[in-house]
Amino acid sequence: MASVVTTPEPRLRTPTQSPPLADGHGTGNGGARARDGDGGGPHGSNSAAAVERYKLGVKVGSGGIVMVFAAFTSALVVRSGLGGDWKAFDLPAVLWLSTAVLLLSSISIEKAKRAMRDGLEVGLQRWLNVTAILGAVFLVTQLVGWQQLTDRGIYVATNPSSSFFYVLTAGHGLHLFGGLLALTYVVFRVWRATPWPTKEAAIEGAALYWHFMDGLWVYLFVLLLVWR
Amino acid sequence: MTEVAEHVEVHRHPLPTSFITKYIFSVDHKVIGIQYMLLALVAAFVGMGLSLLVRIRLVWPAEPFGLLETLFPVGAPDGVMTPEFYLAMLTMHGTIMVFMVLTTAPQGGFGNYILPIQVGAADMAFPTLNMLSFWTTFLSFMALMAAFFVQGGAPISGWTAYPPLSALNEATIGGYGQDLWILSIALFCIGSLLGALNFIVTTLHLRTKGLTMMRLPLTVWTWFVTAILGLLAFGVLLSAGALLLMDRMAGTSFFIPGGLVVNDVIIDHTGGSPILWQHLFWFFGHPEVYIAILPGMGVTSHILSTFSRKPVFGYKAMVYAILAIGGLGFVVWGHHMFVSGMSPYSAFVFSILTMVIGVPSAIKTFNWIGTLWGGRIRFASPMLYSIGFVSLFVTGGISGIFLGQPTIDLFFHDTYFVVAHFHLIMGVAAIFGMFSGMTFWFPKMFGRLMNEGLNKVHFWITFAGVYAIFGPMHYLGIIAHPRRYAETTSVDYLAAAGANELHYFITIAAMVTIAAQFLFLFNFVWSLLKGKVTTDPNPWEATTLEWVTSTPPAHDNFEGKIPIVNHGPYEFSVPGNERDFVMQCNAPDAAPAQDH
Repeated sequence: MASVVTTPEPRLRTPTQSPPLADGHGTGNGGARARDGDGGGPHGSNSAAAVERYKLGVKVGSGGIVMVFAAFTSALVVRSGLGGDWKAFDLPAVLWLSTAVLLLSSISIEKAKRAMRDGLEVGLQRWLNVTAILGAVFLVTQLVGWQQLTDRGIYVATNPSSSFFYVLTAGHGLHLFGGLLALTYVVFRVWRATPWPTKEAAIEGAALYWHFMDGLWVYLFVLLLVWR
Repeated sequence: MTEVAEHVEVHRHPLPTSFITKYIFSVDHKVIGIQYMLLALVAAFVGMGLSLLVRIRLVWPAEPFGLLETLFPVGAPDGVMTPEFYLAMLTMHGTIMVFMVLTTAPQGGFGNYILPIQVGAADMAFPTLNMLSFWTTFLSFMALMAAFFVQGGAPISGWTAYPPLSALNEATIGGYGQDLWILSIALFCIGSLLGALNFIVTTLHLRTKGLTMMRLPLTVWTWFVTAILGLLAFGVLLSAGALLLMDRMAGTSFFIPGGLVVNDVIIDHTGGSPILWQHLFWFFGHPEVYIAILPGMGVTSHILSTFSRKPVFGYKAMVYAILAIGGLGFVVWGHHMFVSGMSPYSAFVFSILTMVIGVPSAIKTFNWIGTLWGGRIRFASPMLYSIGFVSLFVTGGISGIFLGQPTIDLFFHDTYFVVAHFHLIMGVAAIFGMFSGMTFWFPKMFGRLMNEGLNKVHFWITFAGVYAIFGPMHYLGIIAHPRRYAETTSVDYLAAAGANELHYFITIAAMVTIAAQFLFLFNFVWSLLKGKVTTDPNPWEATTLEWVTSTPPAHDNFEGKIPIVNHGPYEFSVPGNERDFVMQCNAPDAAPAQDH
């Protein structure tokens, strides 16, 4: 019985994860996804329910993160019009590179999902690795961007415009770092190739979060370019 | 009789075997719920102690107390509290009560424990995340407590932390109190966001077969909407807190205006806006009010129905009212800022929207009375607390109508009228919700009965006590008595209007009411250890799913036999039925069950 195999597994600890045993929900009450209208009922397999649950979790969590950056955005818009001390500066050129890297990583994680759906373990492994590496490269390029700014003498407290630049990039970087941790964890689990009932759910959830991080960065980049 | 979905052989997570996994780092929502409640209980008594200090300072501003000198050699040299110490106590009282009590217990405590059972789930959607939520909140509480003990002491900028006072060390005694405060709030935001995520996914995804949204108990509805509010509000506070911390530590000027000279020190910040902080803070702050009160509304609806043996009057209207209150809660933050110099047109819009909240609130009150009307009322203690909730909600709500109008608020702003208003509606009403929840679910949670007589004594003293405390404060507000001042006894116009005598009366009433809370604490602890043991799964003859399972519930809530729901949540006094209630999981009637 599958549950016997999964029980002794160490508990998962990344934010997009929950104990593998939580996966039992699907079997628990025959697809617990009660819906208005039909009032639930058995539909969908165990794993499909887990995928849906993880994806919903990421979507809801993204809603919270959107509010964090909505608040930063409104603060930026308001502050830029106050005090008369706002000075625009040219963004470090390396941000174009980091943006390209992050966009590529969204493609690679889609490739990983395709490979998983086709049952290609090696392909899945490879594309997850690529995504994780691209994510790390993105963070490094962001740090290089900070370096370029400080070389020009633009620090956090130099001007409200630079304050917001550092706040927004750091805020996004922290969230992306969380995604990177989740991704590293998934890579590690896939690499160990142990039986893992929530693998699909974890990968789908991580991919959704990754795309969200990508979209969020593009938004922030455009905001920083346009609102100067 | 009880139909069961399927026998489950897979536990959600294994039965914990060690003390640490069972009671400390538990992933079981029931244990986590109780952990939240205990945190709130400790915080409530700390917060109450602080309010006592505040009351003492107000009435005896010059009287030396030897005990105070011993306890607070810095804050109360010679036994008299300094004004800064008074402000620090005020700030910590507000912060502890709003965040660590009103936000944790109703949602993190009762919601965590009851919601998964009421929706027929074995646990939250993400149990490990749930554990992380609690421990993040616990860390946040520790950080806040640490603020008492650092050099410079606790922050003095109020629970709203308005800059520049909160942003400039030059304006305060200095030290790390305010930094710890911001750190604590940031951690609290993270814990609450993770919790909210879990609540939302659990409600949407883990409902048992047959449990449609319109069959959810109103308690679940309020926890669900509260979670949505938390998800959308706490992120904003987190951002604001990050910016404030940077103003303090990184030399930025988000909120600090230029040209300030504070305590003979020239401040070299420029161009920031304290009003910006107010907007961000109150965008969180107003939904926060509903985060505190909505679960109390849910439990009140639940209990009024159960103890009048009648269905909730207008279930659908109640649901829509909850949604309306939640939605409107996001567009009225400006009514906290009428005196900030905002455009009168903005104030007008905020005012109109604020008045509109009166409509769903009135619907709820009307329906509560409609539920009671003609019922066979059982005056058990949960019912008393719930009726107390309705009373306090009405009293506190009516003063809100006054404050929501800019012209009247210009006068009332920062007076004791405001103190009376928000304490009654957000503080005491929400706490009465907690009392009714605790007395109602105590047998289920701990398998023992609370002492009913002690509860009733506690109810009457507290109910009369809070009116004695906050009732006179309306009058103080009307005579233009400003809040937050450490010393007003020698102000002529206040003394002439009788403020000193009233303050004395209020302080005595507060002492009596605080003493009565030890009665509840005693009853809680005593019942936990020595209360009458009960294994009755349904002592109140209630209808929802938590009363189907054993008392106290098993590790996975339903011992693998998750019930199927065939009925609405409040089918009391159903004609032709042998008992006067139909449980949600009872077999469907011959005639199709009436959906609410």
